[in-house]
Amino acid sequence: MNKLTSAAETIQEAEAFTGLGAQVMIQCLIDEGADVIFGYPGGAVLPIYDALYGQPIRHILTRHEQGAIHAAQGYARSLGKPGVVLATSGPGATNLVTGIADAYMDSTPLVIFTGQVSAEMIGRDGFQEADIIGITMPITKHNYQVRDAKDIPRIIKEAFYIANSGRPGPVLIDIPKNVSNQMVTVEKQTEVKIRGYNPNTEPHPSQIQKVAQALSQAERPLLYIGGGLVASEAAGVLRQFAEKYQLPVTSTLMGLGVFDTGHPLFAGMLGMHGTFSANKSIQNCDLLIACGVRFDDRVTGKLERFSPHSKKIHIDIDPAEIGKNVMAHIPVVGDAKQVLEALLKIDFEVPDTKPWLNLIQTWKDEFPLRYKKEPGILKPQQVIEMLHEACDEDSYITTEVGQHQMWTALFYPFSKPRRFITSGGLGTMGFGFPAAMGVQVARPDSTVVCVAGDASFQMNIQELQTVVENRLPVKIAVINNRFLGMVRQWQELFYEGRYAESKISAPDFVKVAEAFGAMGLRASTPEEAEQAIKIAMEYNGPVVIDFVVEEEENVFPMVPPGKGNDEMVGGWEE
Amino acid sequence: MRHTLLVLVNDQPGVLARVAGLFARRGYNIDSITVGPSEEEGLSRMTIVTTGDDQTLEQVMKHLHKLIDVIKVQDISSEPMVGRELALIKVNASASTRPEITHLVEPFRAAIVDVGRASLVIQITGDSDKIDALIELLRPYGIKELARTGTTAMVRGNVIKMEKTSSRRSFA
Repeated sequence: MNKLTSAAETIQEAEAFTGLGAQVMIQCLIDEGADVIFGYPGGAVLPIYDALYGQPIRHILTRHEQGAIHAAQGYARSLGKPGVVLATSGPGATNLVTGIADAYMDSTPLVIFTGQVSAEMIGRDGFQEADIIGITMPITKHNYQVRDAKDIPRIIKEAFYIANSGRPGPVLIDIPKNVSNQMVTVEKQTEVKIRGYNPNTEPHPSQIQKVAQALSQAERPLLYIGGGLVASEAAGVLRQFAEKYQLPVTSTLMGLGVFDTGHPLFAGMLGMHGTFSANKSIQNCDLLIACGVRFDDRVTGKLERFSPHSKKIHIDIDPAEIGKNVMAHIPVVGDAKQVLEALLKIDFEVPDTKPWLNLIQTWKDEFPLRYKKEPGILKPQQVIEMLHEACDEDSYITTEVGQHQMWTALFYPFSKPRRFITSGGLGTMGFGFPAAMGVQVARPDSTVVCVAGDASFQMNIQELQTVVENRLPVKIAVINNRFLGMVRQWQELFYEGRYAESKISAPDFVKVAEAFGAMGLRASTPEEAEQAIKIAMEYNGPVVIDFVVEEEENVFPMVPPGKGNDEMVGGWEE
Repeated sequence: MRHTLLVLVNDQPGVLARVAGLFARRGYNIDSITVGPSEEEGLSRMTIVTTGDDQTLEQVMKHLHKLIDVIKVQDISSEPMVGRELALIKVNASASTRPEITHLVEPFRAAIVDVGRASLVIQITGDSDKIDALIELLRPYGIKELARTGTTAMVRGNVIKMEKTSSRRSFA
């Protein structure tokens, strides 16, 4: 037994512990239940890596810090608990920035540790110094720089609490190297008390009454749900609520799966690439119950034209979301699950919604999602449908960003929360593959599929080495159309087909997969696709399937940018 | 519309940057910001004067509330309050104009805090209008340097302060 292990063992037994800051940090992580760290070592975090050596925390060594943080996001979003990231100072820290911003936009709980140059060097532009506190201030829920190792237990306790309570989000802890090396005697931190942080989770009873009253007067109510319901684990109560009052439901991209998309009350995803029925519903409802959503512009379209006839209820745990983009007639601050439970507890009647549901059904029937199949040609939508056939409801699907992301959202029916993991707010290419890796770490027994674009996949393709090394059997379905597909679609529709720099080449994905030690498959026809998916699913290891699809297929329907949700184009004409 | 906000924050490095950064990033105006120790050790009090309509102000306050280092946010614009700023004005003063300037400064209860061979430094405290007025009076003599602090403010008497945790109340 080495000296460090024995020191770490001591802390578990005693309330007070003498050790290096780095050892204290690792012990605090173990106490917080962190079982995995996604990271990359470097000079400023060497003491931490040394303290990690031999400890019961799994470390996943990615090939790029961006891979580490997206993996931690996948881990966090599939489990509903904070993902932990560790990177060194300077470039290590700045390589995390995209993932931090992404996690902030999508309210993903993360605790991120960055190394920093020694305190006496801070501010002198030393080797590998970057002001990561200043850089991440606008994209973290909170950040800390530890100046004394004695503060480590308190700061870590607070960081986990802040990251995973209220509206979840990333919290960064910057640790100067001298603090990691500082010998301290510290006590275990058992409780959290942050004077300036008390998220309201319980809704105000008078607001609940107002919601009930509005519902009892509404003839065309509509539930508009988002990622907040996923975070608050509200799927069960949401279903009860919708069924009890027969309320139609439309979901954002981030909310997909929290309400079964195959449920008869589901009107579809709304927004720029939403379904006709969802967007018609939102434009024609007389009461909009927005729950755990933030009225993103990809959802609302032109704000002045958004849901013009409705009274708006906005339920959110973050008061700053209410009134940010759309004014709410009835604001409700609280945890979505608690709000819906409170609504279920009181009795009120809602007018018969049958005629309204029938109307929505008519829209669904008249304008379903569809695409044209052609013999011998592989359509991207077809690939998504085939993948769904090969997966079960407990499979996890991550995506990169672009057309394939929208086709997945539209053509893959999600029936459970947390099964669809995508970069919604920031729209980060390069997110999906490392995220899938993190999901597979969190859910080792589940099927994890990353639906990628040929361009997006190239952004973090190096993580193939990580999945191979760690025996993570993720399946990467590359929807390869030899284009930055969504860029090309916009150029086709709004820039007279001038495809400026959207044509992109790719390496031979099969050979790339094989070079990394993964399986590589290619499919260019529906028959080959079916066969490839079958082989991939039976293989116990990572597989890259290169689906060579039709180049100029578009995602329809679509609300053109700057237009109202009732100005959808495409998708129905033959 | 101008609003005066009192913000009680943790006395930590970088808190001013967090607050100022929030205003900058979201495109809110800061007319002035002052910060210094509060009555409680470990906490600082900021006075922020900002311009915007009611909706903007509501968003500003909510976003300030979100900062972990912010303990309390209070809009005192409609409260009876005392708002003061301090200015130091270095004005040209020759032997012949010096008595004139001294006489001018008196009604403002300003003080001459430095006398140079060719200039005076005048210290004045008060609300912005009062300071503006004195500056205008002194301008013809030639202002060599001017430094103003921005407003620091306090509610008069015993007015109940809005707790941070009560943000929900505004929706009730």
